[in-house]
Amino acid sequence: MSRARADEEEYWHSSKFRAFTFDDEDDELSQLKESKRAVNSLRDIVDDDDDDLERVSWSGEPVGSISWSIKETASSSTSSLEGRDSSLQKGSSSYAAFPKQVSSYSLSSLFKGRNKLPSFQSLSDALSDTGVKNYAPELRRPKAEYKDYSSDWSPKDTVRRMQRGKICSLERFRSLQDKLVLLDEAVAGHDGNVITAVLIFLKRTLRREILFRELEVRQVALCHLIHFLKETGEQKLLLDLLRFLDRTEEVALSQYREHLNIQDVEKRREFLKGCIGLPFSAEDTSHIQDHYTLLERQIIIEANDRHLETAGQSEIFRKYPRKASILNMPLVTTLFYSCFYHYTEAEGTFSSPTNLKKTFKIPDKQYVLTALAARAKLRAWDDVDALFTTKNWLGYTKKKAPIGFHRVVEILQRNNAPVQVLQEYVRLVEDVETRLNLGTKYKCHDVVIETYKDLKDRIQLTAYKCRVDRGSAEEEKINSILNN
Amino acid sequence: MAAHLSSGRVNLTALREAGRRELREFLDKCAGSKAIVWDEYLTGPFGLIAQYSLLKEHEVEKMFTLKPGRLPPADVKNIIFFVRPKLELMDIITDNVLREDRGRSPQRDFHILFVPRRSLLCEQWLKEQGVLGSFIHREQYSLDLIPFDGDLLSMESESAFKECYLESDQTSLYHAAKGLMTLQALYGTIPQIFGKGECARHVANMMIRMKREFPGSQNSIFPIFDTLLLLDRNVDLLTPLATQLTYEGLIDEIYGIQNTYVKLPPEKFAPKKQGEGGKDLPTEPKKLQLNSAEELYAEIRDKNFNAVGSVLSKKAKIISAAFEERHHAKTVGEIKQFVSQLPHMQAARSSLANHTSIAELIKDITTSEDFFDNLTVEQEFMSGIDTDKVNNYIEDCIAQKHPLIKILRLVCLQSVCNSGLKQKVLDHYKREILQTYGYEHILTLNNLEKAGLLKPQTSGRNNYPTIRKTLRLWMDDVNEQNPNDISYVYSGYAPLSVRLAQLLARPGWRSIEEVLKMLPGPHFEERQQLPTGLQKKRQHGENRVTLVFFLGGVTYAEIAALRFLSQMEDGGTEYVIATTKLINGTSWIKSLMDKLEPAPF
Repeated sequence: MSRARADEEEYWHSSKFRAFTFDDEDDELSQLKESKRAVNSLRDIVDDDDDDLERVSWSGEPVGSISWSIKETASSSTSSLEGRDSSLQKGSSSYAAFPKQVSSYSLSSLFKGRNKLPSFQSLSDALSDTGVKNYAPELRRPKAEYKDYSSDWSPKDTVRRMQRGKICSLERFRSLQDKLVLLDEAVAGHDGNVITAVLIFLKRTLRREILFRELEVRQVALCHLIHFLKETGEQKLLLDLLRFLDRTEEVALSQYREHLNIQDVEKRREFLKGCIGLPFSAEDTSHIQDHYTLLERQIIIEANDRHLETAGQSEIFRKYPRKASILNMPLVTTLFYSCFYHYTEAEGTFSSPTNLKKTFKIPDKQYVLTALAARAKLRAWDDVDALFTTKNWLGYTKKKAPIGFHRVVEILQRNNAPVQVLQEYVRLVEDVETRLNLGTKYKCHDVVIETYKDLKDRIQLTAYKCRVDRGSAEEEKINSILNN
Repeated sequence: MAAHLSSGRVNLTALREAGRRELREFLDKCAGSKAIVWDEYLTGPFGLIAQYSLLKEHEVEKMFTLKPGRLPPADVKNIIFFVRPKLELMDIITDNVLREDRGRSPQRDFHILFVPRRSLLCEQWLKEQGVLGSFIHREQYSLDLIPFDGDLLSMESESAFKECYLESDQTSLYHAAKGLMTLQALYGTIPQIFGKGECARHVANMMIRMKREFPGSQNSIFPIFDTLLLLDRNVDLLTPLATQLTYEGLIDEIYGIQNTYVKLPPEKFAPKKQGEGGKDLPTEPKKLQLNSAEELYAEIRDKNFNAVGSVLSKKAKIISAAFEERHHAKTVGEIKQFVSQLPHMQAARSSLANHTSIAELIKDITTSEDFFDNLTVEQEFMSGIDTDKVNNYIEDCIAQKHPLIKILRLVCLQSVCNSGLKQKVLDHYKREILQTYGYEHILTLNNLEKAGLLKPQTSGRNNYPTIRKTLRLWMDDVNEQNPNDISYVYSGYAPLSVRLAQLLARPGWRSIEEVLKMLPGPHFEERQQLPTGLQKKRQHGENRVTLVFFLGGVTYAEIAALRFLSQMEDGGTEYVIATTKLINGTSWIKSLMDKLEPAPF
């Protein structure tokens, strides 16, 4: 653990939490090692050819399990049939089974009214070259069968039958009253499948305003219809419905969501522009505005930088070719990008970090963190230095960081900053304990030595001697302090 | 194969058998050789019901994964699609069917088996694509409750929470009620039903209605369950957000357990023989099944992870000693006895090896600084400290672009522990998240708000401290090694849901009326009449059996807590657990996130 042990201990003792730690008397780690050792030593005794309880392939799938078998049978399935001229054999047996497919005619009556071709047409198309003609047109089903379906089921019975997966015609529910009773029955049954089926029927047979009006007082059914419209992507009807219900924020979000389906950035930008005026909550409106502005910005930056990169005249792009386009990246990523490639630009340009900071009101903390990470990655230590240097009106300089210098140190360290750079900032860490820990961890000896000196801690200073190289300048320094 | 299902108080093998029977019956309807095309999501749950051998006995010769394009040219009479009723799957099936070579001979017959239910919506979709008529059998396989272990059932319906609480689609509740009817058909009518929450109320209503409508379901089986407790997940939104600290819970948090299987990084499970290692280290993840069939796992899975090491080392000593026995075996009889025990010892050894490796993997993570910091913040929130201001650690994590789900878990946890966040705090978090992860996540934040996980404090009152104190949700003196309270599963926090179950058993909910009113949804009690002669006369000292049904998901830590209560000596109640889905904070939040990529079709 890198965090100061002492810190932690104090924390856990002073607060009422129990730490989730492992350093009880019975050290867990040693216990694990112990059982590991035992397991290993046993391997010599039992020469094991994995005859475990079940046969298991390496991936752990028991041999014979379903997912294992899918792989097995799939790989062994070679085309035994392919190449054989199958068109010659007009397998009468399989066509004989054909009329069976007609078993659930009345379902179609449920879903009629869409302007697509009925299913049979396409199937018959597919079959036509085989010369089979015994398919029945959809409407001419046997009378007896027809009768059965149109028999007088009450709304309750109809719903019950549908719940059991049986087929029922809904066509006989003609009056609005009947339809609504049917809907209420379906809702009372809680089976979403049946509710949706009834809704599809109502959607087809009722005028839109009436449907909307009736659903407004039937919240459960309403939710199902909204869900259904989302699933099937009937965006226009969905928006109409939400508007009717005055659920304006939902309309806005639902419409905004559409931008994800637009691949072309120019079109996406245009679309987002249109979203700004939508009735979002006040807070969300500003986010949507920002989203649009950001994409607009990114398009400009992208065009510019792609040009620079291909021209090959900009050193930074030659040295660090871009890995991906900046389009559609989050704001903070964009800021990082601009701190990386466009750090020195004047505030007037769209790609300058300061401009981004201003336009999007990026908080200081966020800005400094991002800039620091970008400049450290480029090993531009002077920029890093400037980031934390402030001048007061007398011209004195002072180091200040909105994020705490221990964080600065961590970020620099992650970017492999040399010790000379690191120790600058370790020195600035206010908390003595943290400073000592960071100094020790990253071998910033000078800082550690000076801190102990200030603390007048001879014991620690003496102990620290073993951390520095023998005969080094640091050792000498320690000795001279101790001798004074 | 399924012996572990009969190890508990209720023999769940019967449920599995019922499932197998139904599957056989369907397969036999499609006479002749067959190939099954699988919706990949279903293979896991089906694997808990049947093995390939069962399918093979019923002439299933080939199996494929559902994907667009032409179907593989298997020479079979029937092609059966095993699918969930989802529109995007219908599109793939349509593609498959349309590309089928009509000229091939003999022609292949198509069938669809919808799991768990036929969907008129899907059939309409197929109809619009012009392929509905191509299917001879369109049936449903009601795989409602799948037995996972001797005391655990799940519907594995991943979107149940989202459907119930975000979309107000109660279909999964209907399935839950159906599943409960099946259970009652097998194990007798459950005389007492308790519940808390809107969804619980709905399920109870449906059960009562179903019973009334199918008087034939009045059965004469002696009831095995005494009580059913229905709990809405949104009564306790807090628990799944916290990091589970039991062994099984941590495995799930870190690697994700799917249908009792877990996939682990292979390095720690390198080839066993020395000298061979190194040259072909496996790159495929190691897959292990985790259930109570494995003795060692059954013993350690519900322990706090801090107590696992000592058990493993104890086991190691026992096994070593057992192997040492061979030196003392002198006579032929003794040697023979030693040899006869070898298979058992070998199994124990390999089980110990696996769990030692897993424990090491987990330990690497639980000892990391970030795990520690994250846990500290969680525990602060749960014990009510600083829940009303912007948290530094969360800000830092956003700045370092930690995974979004982790951030959302923490922010939601803070919101729940504060009965909603102050508007200013909420806006701050939102802004940081959108700027760092992308504005489109506004949709996800909206979903979380709708589900009640992330919201502004409207009432201006924070109820959480009262709830925490009354239900004793935070325990300072937790004992991880030898627990005396359920709070050990989260090292201090006692899951609210399980506390409700515990208090229901003793002293009863009347003692906590006030708090129950603060939690969302109604609480209720129903009784189902039993025919005379079936009324239970309890033997002295015999435990009651309670089925706890979590609507919207349950975590492994909650299961562990209920098992702990079952095992308490003077507990008086044993628990069987059912749920719509086994979840953890990550999978749960994920299910609520707006899918940002357009579907492939």
